[in-house]
Amino acid sequence: MTQLIIKNGFVYDPLNGIDGEKMDIFTSNGRVVEKVAEKQAKVIDASGMIVMPGGVDIHCHIAGGEVNAGRLLRPEDHFRDVETKTPLTRSGVGRSIPSTFTTGYRYARMGYTTLMNPAMAALEARHTHEELNDTPMVDKATYPLLGDWWFVLEYLRDDMIEECAAHVSWMMTATKGYAIKIVNPGGLEAWGFGNNVRDLYDSVPHFNITPEEIIRGLCKVNKLLNMPHTIHVHTNNLGKPGNYLTALDTMKCVENLASEERPVIHITHCQFCAFKGSDWNTLKSGAEEISKYVNNHSHVTLDMGQVIFTDTTTMTADGPFQYILYQLSGNKWVNHDVETETSAGIVPFRYKRKSFVHATQWSIGLELALLVQDPWRIYLTTDHPNGGPFTSYPKIISWLMSQVAREKMLKKINKRARKNSLLPSIEREYSFYEMATITRAGQARALGLEQKGHLGLGADADIAIYNINPELVDASKKYKRVRDAFQEAAFTIKGGEIVVRDGQVVKSVSGKTFWVNPQVSSTADITSNMKRKFREYWTVEFENYPVPESYLGTSCSIPVEAKV
Amino acid sequence: MLITLRPKYSFKVPVEAECINPSLFAEKSTMEIAKLQVWEGNRKRTLSDLFKITRETPNPLEKVTIKIAGDVNKVRRIGSKMSTGEITVNGNAGMHLGEEMKGGIIKVTGNADSWTGSMMKDGTIEIMGDAGDYIGAPYRGSTQGMGGGIIIIHGNAGNEVGCYMKTGLIRIGGNVGQFVGVHMRNGTIQVKGNSEGRAGAQMLKGKIVISGCIPSILPSFTIDRITPTVKVDGEKVEGPFYRFIGDLAENGNGKLFVSKAKNPNLGVFEEYL
Repeated sequence: MTQLIIKNGFVYDPLNGIDGEKMDIFTSNGRVVEKVAEKQAKVIDASGMIVMPGGVDIHCHIAGGEVNAGRLLRPEDHFRDVETKTPLTRSGVGRSIPSTFTTGYRYARMGYTTLMNPAMAALEARHTHEELNDTPMVDKATYPLLGDWWFVLEYLRDDMIEECAAHVSWMMTATKGYAIKIVNPGGLEAWGFGNNVRDLYDSVPHFNITPEEIIRGLCKVNKLLNMPHTIHVHTNNLGKPGNYLTALDTMKCVENLASEERPVIHITHCQFCAFKGSDWNTLKSGAEEISKYVNNHSHVTLDMGQVIFTDTTTMTADGPFQYILYQLSGNKWVNHDVETETSAGIVPFRYKRKSFVHATQWSIGLELALLVQDPWRIYLTTDHPNGGPFTSYPKIISWLMSQVAREKMLKKINKRARKNSLLPSIEREYSFYEMATITRAGQARALGLEQKGHLGLGADADIAIYNINPELVDASKKYKRVRDAFQEAAFTIKGGEIVVRDGQVVKSVSGKTFWVNPQVSSTADITSNMKRKFREYWTVEFENYPVPESYLGTSCSIPVEAKV
Repeated sequence: MLITLRPKYSFKVPVEAECINPSLFAEKSTMEIAKLQVWEGNRKRTLSDLFKITRETPNPLEKVTIKIAGDVNKVRRIGSKMSTGEITVNGNAGMHLGEEMKGGIIKVTGNADSWTGSMMKDGTIEIMGDAGDYIGAPYRGSTQGMGGGIIIIHGNAGNEVGCYMKTGLIRIGGNVGQFVGVHMRNGTIQVKGNSEGRAGAQMLKGKIVISGCIPSILPSFTIDRITPTVKVDGEKVEGPFYRFIGDLAENGNGKLFVSKAKNPNLGVFEEYL
């Protein structure tokens, strides 16, 4: 087995408190170890370079029915970005919704090694895992959508939290999922009837339950099951002016469920739910209010959902939101009601610099990242591909690390949005240490992935080396240099093997698929009730529903001791 | 400078030859041109494998004219992205002729295939024979159609001529298939012959003039008036024409002119005037 010595790099390992120290990293058998013999090991000279743990993306739509429908919808997105096959890599197409193999290669080229696919309709779990199996170079996991799942709604309505927990535990093993994903709770069920929920306290049709009860209920379930990640919430009223209040309500509603300063809720792509104002014309940033709340409360984590000025493809499970987006853009669209489980929508979208709304959104994302004081609780994402393709992450890194870069873009955006933007008043610039936190360490900690996001002993040997010298390059002035360095990693090491060198894939490896296997004491009487319902309501027989472990390319189950 | 390409044999499988481009040839010697890469099916070839290349008047200051002497109906993307010079095809040309063209002239003495002038920005394409479907249309799925230039087809054309057209002019001497000017954003399409119907579906702006017969007008169009003549690119076309406005299903304000004399079946519209 390969042994590596990474010599003389500037190591940024926030989970172990290492801030740009010049040191050597040793790996053996896919793990970080204390020392290896120099004779047997391959030596990488990383002098003058940055060494970080491999990147972790907490929220990127890379696989599943919805992503694939997006690919089919957009031939024009692919045809200008074609990757031909090489002796090592497969051919594919790119841009906003790259094919699976290209997704893996491109993430690895940027030094990312762990990806979380955040929206899987349980009915499409097999499809999702098939695509994840075909996403090389990275470890991955996927979150089943449970916020509008009929069983969950019924259990929570009847206040049967423990039974609900047993059911969710079955769902995790059946779909091979990693975390509880909640999208517009109650709203998707209402969408089945062409409606939506107005706020957290509106009743879900036919279920006599409110979104607040769903969020609180699943948060309790999450705690009972001892899940590694918190509940992963896409708020109600996403993408509507004035929705920062809904986002604040969502955070507040689980405030008293928090204990020991640990987060209990993750608000995802927060930019899309930080809109102030009564309509699109009076849109303003709610980043200040949200960051103020987050700074004062430790039970919340956020990810940015930054917008990039480009042509992209929006896709969420939030059917009603996507319908609004279709009406706004007039573009072609897909909308789908997934039986009793969830919904989905896809709309191609172009974010324009000169559009007041789009420019304001761009500003909100950065304001959030800069105003939230604790980099451990906000993570860098674009909600790929909703805010922009993941290949734009280096751009965001340069904006966060350099006020000059932000000002340069500010000059190009819509005048009114520029006037309203809080960015000119923010002087904060991220350091490399903080950057390592929001792109890997913080995300790994939020996900409860103990062997990811750090370079301590026993950690997975997933390492990214970027060709930039923090002693010589002032990131706030030479932001282009920073962007180029993060765009193409000098080395990406996955499981102790060099997979990318100078931005080119030199070895193709397939990653693991993580899933959570909660150990519950009673799984009783779920199945008889469930079988009956499956026969009545589903197009799939109960027996065919669960995804067997053998279906996963490289399965890696994470057993957790549940409290039920 | 005249460069003549003579096909060495009749091509059986599609050939991708976007390198046949005057702007590209201008900077190259005959040897370099001969080595340009093309795909014949799944095989990599050089241009000289497929064509006999001769060069006359080697004056590099003159504009480049490429003459293709022979039938190249299997050769795709001729003149793709060209910005200057001229291409003459003595025979039939293949698909995607003049795709994303930015300037210059393409003339075909025979027929052209589908996607002729797809996404073109400027320049002129003239086809003496017939053409296939999607003339001046964007790539599949895209909404960025023809952004300028002129396409003249003396024969007939297929379906969806001028799909998502933004500006420019398309003249069809013969008949067209269905959905001429579908999704049209602006620009002008003139059809001297007949249309198979569904003209201007989802058009927002622009002008379609049909001098021949049309089976029916889409129900989302409304009659506006009868005009004796209509102007196409500054020229008067004698009518009279029924002028329809649509596509109202898309809140469109496109103008569809249809010959009154050739379409007695549309007389019923006159009572709504």
